[in-house]
Amino acid sequence: MKTLRALAGVGVLTAASFLTTAAHAADTIKVGVLHSLSGTMAISETTLKDTVLMMVDELNKNGGLLGKKVEAVVVDPASDWPLFAEKARELLSKDQVDVIFGCWTSVSRKSVLPVVEELNGLLFYPVQYEGEESSRNVFYTGAAPNQQAIPAVEYLMNEEGVERWVLAGTDYVYPRTTNRILEAFLKSKGVSSEDIMISYTPFGHNDWQTIVGDIKKFAAAGKKTAVVSTINGDANVPFYKELANQGIRAEDIPVVAFSVGEEELAGIDTSDLVGHLAAWNYFQSVDNPVNAQFIKQWHAFIKDEKRVTNDPMEATAIGFQMWTQAVQQAGTTNVDAVRQAMYGQKVMAPSGFEAVMNTNHHLSKPVMIGEIQSNGQFEVVWQTEGPIKADAWSPFIPESAKLTADWTYPWVCGNCVEPRFGAKTN
Amino acid sequence: MIRRVLLLAFLALVCLPGPARAEPFADAVQALSAKGFRERTEAVEALAATGDARAVAILEALSEGALQTTADDRVVMVRGGTAVDAATGEVLAEPGPLNRITVNNSLRRAIRESLGRLGLFAAEPARRQAAAEALLNTQPSQESAAMLREALANESERRVRSAMEFSLAAMDLVAEDKTQRLEAIEVLSGSLDRRVRSMLQGRLAQEEDAEVRAAVEDALESIQTQVKVINFVSNLFQGLSLGSVLLLAAIGLAVTFGVMGVINMAHGEMIMLGAYTTFVVQEIFRAALPTAAFDLYLVVALPVAFAVTFLVGVGLERGIIRFLYGRPLETLLATWGISLALQQVVRSIFGATNKEVANPSWMTGGVEVVGGLMLTYNRIVIVLFALAVLAGLAALLRWSSFGLHMRAVTQNRPMASAMGIRTGRVDAMTFGLGSGIAGIAGVALSQIGNVSPNLGQAYIVDSFMVVVFGGVGSLWGTLVGAMSLGMVNKFLEPYAGAMLGKILVLVAIILFIQKRPRGLFALKGRSVEN
Repeated sequence: MKTLRALAGVGVLTAASFLTTAAHAADTIKVGVLHSLSGTMAISETTLKDTVLMMVDELNKNGGLLGKKVEAVVVDPASDWPLFAEKARELLSKDQVDVIFGCWTSVSRKSVLPVVEELNGLLFYPVQYEGEESSRNVFYTGAAPNQQAIPAVEYLMNEEGVERWVLAGTDYVYPRTTNRILEAFLKSKGVSSEDIMISYTPFGHNDWQTIVGDIKKFAAAGKKTAVVSTINGDANVPFYKELANQGIRAEDIPVVAFSVGEEELAGIDTSDLVGHLAAWNYFQSVDNPVNAQFIKQWHAFIKDEKRVTNDPMEATAIGFQMWTQAVQQAGTTNVDAVRQAMYGQKVMAPSGFEAVMNTNHHLSKPVMIGEIQSNGQFEVVWQTEGPIKADAWSPFIPESAKLTADWTYPWVCGNCVEPRFGAKTN
Repeated sequence: MIRRVLLLAFLALVCLPGPARAEPFADAVQALSAKGFRERTEAVEALAATGDARAVAILEALSEGALQTTADDRVVMVRGGTAVDAATGEVLAEPGPLNRITVNNSLRRAIRESLGRLGLFAAEPARRQAAAEALLNTQPSQESAAMLREALANESERRVRSAMEFSLAAMDLVAEDKTQRLEAIEVLSGSLDRRVRSMLQGRLAQEEDAEVRAAVEDALESIQTQVKVINFVSNLFQGLSLGSVLLLAAIGLAVTFGVMGVINMAHGEMIMLGAYTTFVVQEIFRAALPTAAFDLYLVVALPVAFAVTFLVGVGLERGIIRFLYGRPLETLLATWGISLALQQVVRSIFGATNKEVANPSWMTGGVEVVGGLMLTYNRIVIVLFALAVLAGLAALLRWSSFGLHMRAVTQNRPMASAMGIRTGRVDAMTFGLGSGIAGIAGVALSQIGNVSPNLGQAYIVDSFMVVVFGGVGSLWGTLVGAMSLGMVNKFLEPYAGAMLGKILVLVAIILFIQKRPRGLFALKGRSVEN
């Protein structure tokens, strides 16, 4: 009896899912956009919403996808983390979108995660983050720590001869995890703990007098000092203003930031910040035809020549292009088919390199270090020879070093010590 | 060697450019356009070593990004739209497409050092002094020390001499000769300069000679006691400055919430509107007025911001809030709704991204009173401004007839009404005044933080905290409340960290309110009882 009922249930479910696929196969292909358009994160995420709309627009101009028109469904989770989950559910079950582009903060991604996994949705996440995650239903097109934080620290160590480190960050999961990885990395390079200062501040912190003063004091110990900043969002503007006002110059104490891009600098007068650094996988100043085209397209779409492009925008664009290519290859928007088609997908990125999607759902991308210029742009002073493959799990944290993320046979797993299927490879 | 270089440099200055000497100079200039930063750094050093006076202008151009290359690889200086060949001085009529020579931090350091050395022999004493001081920022090297000694021998200006002696001492700290080191420590020991302290500490870590070690330790100890005093004073200043930011944010609320009793959740948005008004005024100045007038835009922004937020405040009071008097819960919800609406309006007009509000030149940078005690100009201005606003408001309430009416209405509304005061009008004006003050606070706060639609939310909690802690309805209480919160915060922060510091302050206030529910300075009177 029980099995019968269960069988019946399964039958109804499959029928229902067939019905729904049939229903929306008829009209358009829907793309969900899950970025905050109000609240604290609106400042960063609105641009990404516009980027997706730009890509959709472009796709429709070229005849759409699989012969159908593509339609963007934009919702506003309002920088409210639980609301992200609700809106994701709404997009997947009510609007029946085929894919979602969205989230910025790690906490919003973590809140969406169970929903996309339960409903077998597909999320493209375009922001640099702390790693330590690989979900079957998420493709991460931003940088993992080994594509941003660690190369930046290595650059300072080798090129600038830095021996003392200030790790300053906003108090939430991304900076804390990144700093944990960095601390382990620095110690593995022989930096002693008294040469590392760690400081956390709340979101939107705007009184930096004490911390900047402390940094000055810390730097007075006779060794070359650098600040590694995972300060996020609004708090950066008063931080840099205070640095400039207290006379800290990049030649003496360089600050390398992981969350400060062109968009963030648009709100600051950069003449006093010249020489401070940022590590990304893309800068607007990168000179190549793909990037020139990308910037032109952006200016034409947003109708404002002054607007800048940045790394998360590039990551969004890469993700969108990969998804269209995968859909074309698979001939369907079915999530399972698209996922299989995603692996090994290649896109010529505005960074000037070919980005490749790996089986751990992360990209291979180049790493670039840029110095802030007086015009608010970055000048690339160092970059990797070629693309670097992202580590979903950091080798510098003991618990995660033994984990592997690989969604192809025989692993088919995001956090396993050994493959799930087949004979164990000895 | 150095003498020879200098002699060459001198000859170069005296003689007309000749082919024999132009060679290394032209080569070095050409090498500045090399591909790698390392090669370019070497080129900078080579250029400086030629001792050519023209090198100064070229290096300055390089560090400002004005040194560029043409398509056929000539190195040109671009000044005010004209391109000049850096090596020959020839003006290029049609330079064609130019490529900027990029600079990174290590290159910038090399430039600074080279400019320092070249500047030691400049004609103007001020430049010689600046060069000597700049050398203090560089890695001590044999060459720089020798240059300094050379320059010192010819120097007659007293101030320049002492700057040179000081920098030379810093270089001699790592000299081979023990007596030289001891003399250097002697010269440096009185200094409070942070760089000197770090040099001495570095020396202590490496020094093997016992006598020198003892001298370094003595010097460090005498510095240490002075540093303690300076740290205390700088904490005091930081507390004062945080206090005045809180004060500015809270004064307007002290009027709307404190005097009128309206729980005004839209107070932060008034600050935000003030900041956006500043942005608009700034843009108008940029577009319509000569750059010389730009520094004055803040002064103009003050009355404009007051007017804008005053009108918005009066509109809100007449349109919505007056219907809700005596119903605190509904007022709270309504004003909160207004705050969201105002944020969204601003977001729709100006966009969600931050707006750049520049500091006028008289508010950038700071003054180092003594070594290590840095007072930044924007903070000093804000402290003075906050006190001025408070004094102005207190004077208005105390001596103007409007102030008299306002106090009368707050103390006893029916009686004031019976005496012929139009209470409705006074309410509107009071709310407008509170909003207007929040607006000018926004002008000041735009100078130290972000200008974004969420600006107000950062200040609303702090503002309520100050008003409640200081005592509702008391301006004096607001001042004391803001200053003590600022001080406590800043003295806790070095020990507890920014995060825990804030939490501790919040807990302390909650406990304090348990003990004294009406805050530090409780108003006594009929109005408070009901």
